[in-house]
Amino acid sequence: MTNNQLTEKGQLRHFLTIEGLNRPLLTEIMDRAEQFSSISGRQVKKVPLLRGKTIMNLFFENSTRTRTTFELAAKRLSADVMNLNITTSATSKGESLLDTLHNLQAMHTDMFVVRHAQSGAAEFIAQHVAPHVSVINAGDGCHAHPTQAMLDMFTIRRHKQHFPDLRVAIVGDILHSRVARSQIHALSTLGVGEIRVIAPKTLLPSNTQTLGVHVYHDMKTGLQDVDVIIMLRLQFERMQGALLPSENEYFHSFGLDQQKLNYAKPDAIVMHPGPINRGVEISSDVADGDQSVILEQVTHGIAIRMAVMSMVLGSRSEQQESVE
Amino acid sequence: MTIPTTQVDIQELLESMAESIRQTLQDSEPLLIGIHTGGVWVAKELAAILGADFFDAPLGTLNIAYYRDDFTRIGMHPQVTPSDLPFAVDGRQLILVDDVLHSGRTIRAALNEIFDYGRPAGVTLAVLIERNGRELPIQADIVGQSITLSPEQHIKLTNNDGLQLEIKSKETPDD
Repeated sequence: MTNNQLTEKGQLRHFLTIEGLNRPLLTEIMDRAEQFSSISGRQVKKVPLLRGKTIMNLFFENSTRTRTTFELAAKRLSADVMNLNITTSATSKGESLLDTLHNLQAMHTDMFVVRHAQSGAAEFIAQHVAPHVSVINAGDGCHAHPTQAMLDMFTIRRHKQHFPDLRVAIVGDILHSRVARSQIHALSTLGVGEIRVIAPKTLLPSNTQTLGVHVYHDMKTGLQDVDVIIMLRLQFERMQGALLPSENEYFHSFGLDQQKLNYAKPDAIVMHPGPINRGVEISSDVADGDQSVILEQVTHGIAIRMAVMSMVLGSRSEQQESVE
Repeated sequence: MTIPTTQVDIQELLESMAESIRQTLQDSEPLLIGIHTGGVWVAKELAAILGADFFDAPLGTLNIAYYRDDFTRIGMHPQVTPSDLPFAVDGRQLILVDDVLHSGRTIRAALNEIFDYGRPAGVTLAVLIERNGRELPIQADIVGQSITLSPEQHIKLTNNDGLQLEIKSKETPDD
């Protein structure tokens, strides 16, 4: 992946993928999110940092959590934000993606937040926008979902502090998961002690060995002594052909219930990027249990997206120097 | 070029500011707010001189980084300690403290932020140093010392081994 997402000075110009970003930058994103977290607890949940900026949420694919938290993040920074549901819009009238883009750019947009079913869509858009416009990837195909990965890292850091001491297991549909890919890059950049993936062979990508992870095909050995369990949704909409025997059988082998959770460390946290399929990849008592931090992840999504948006737009300032 | 400003006795300035606060505000149950970073140092000193009973709430701190008017020129601040107002400001008399009043832009930003927390009964501005160069119609109510400097000169409060004032000449002006 090219690094056109950074400025010459190494600041975020776009935010397309975790790949190629270094540990100080990922840490800065989390530190800034920490600083923004307090704003959501105020009476007036808003600061004027991005006042006058125009942000367009371009969603070519459905989303509730991601779109809503991007919108809230933009609004808490006082930006003007537009939500465009492209599937039901101009492209269905035959307009090409670039024509749509150029039209929206002509409305003096400062930032596009893009979700698309095609891998590489956000980068493609980033290559074609005007120099003053930034692009944030809100999920592209099976490729990357960098803000989700960062809010997950932020959630882990809030509970576990020191990444090198941790053993993290990612469980489920790795093959179709842009979230898992971004998480693996983020976890290894942050120096996590051991990254495990637990999945049936049919739901693993062919390049798993190159990602620096340990592969397990059963939960009992895979979850042994882990600190963090990240469950993934079965992405039926992306599955072609019979990759799975049945939902029941999948739950029996790879679904997280209390019995399997007990293989992990007693203080292990359970995460899930949502939406969850109860009874398919996770049981209700675990999803709603004491070790679950699934709803915290949603809350942290706002602060992480505020951090990324302000960093990306801040890197466009006329001069880059610290001031008193 | 650094001119040591040993001729300014900071402790004396703080004492006189505290005395002004006592005389003008002691019946109004004021709350104290310092602006990061220098204003917090000054506010802590004032609170120490006025004593534990003078304020009925801990010191509030404001970080105006998200309220600056130069984000598009300068971008994000490197480090931002979040604001922390451990009290409700509604209907209260506030003492807003900063180290140096220069352009007035920091105070403008601080007032905007305070009003995002509520509607105070009044805000009194107390600064250790007031210098020339105002760009906004903002004046301090309580002043440690007024100083006239040339536009190239920059006065700064440091806190390495106790509070100290430093005057430097610099090429590019900021606030």
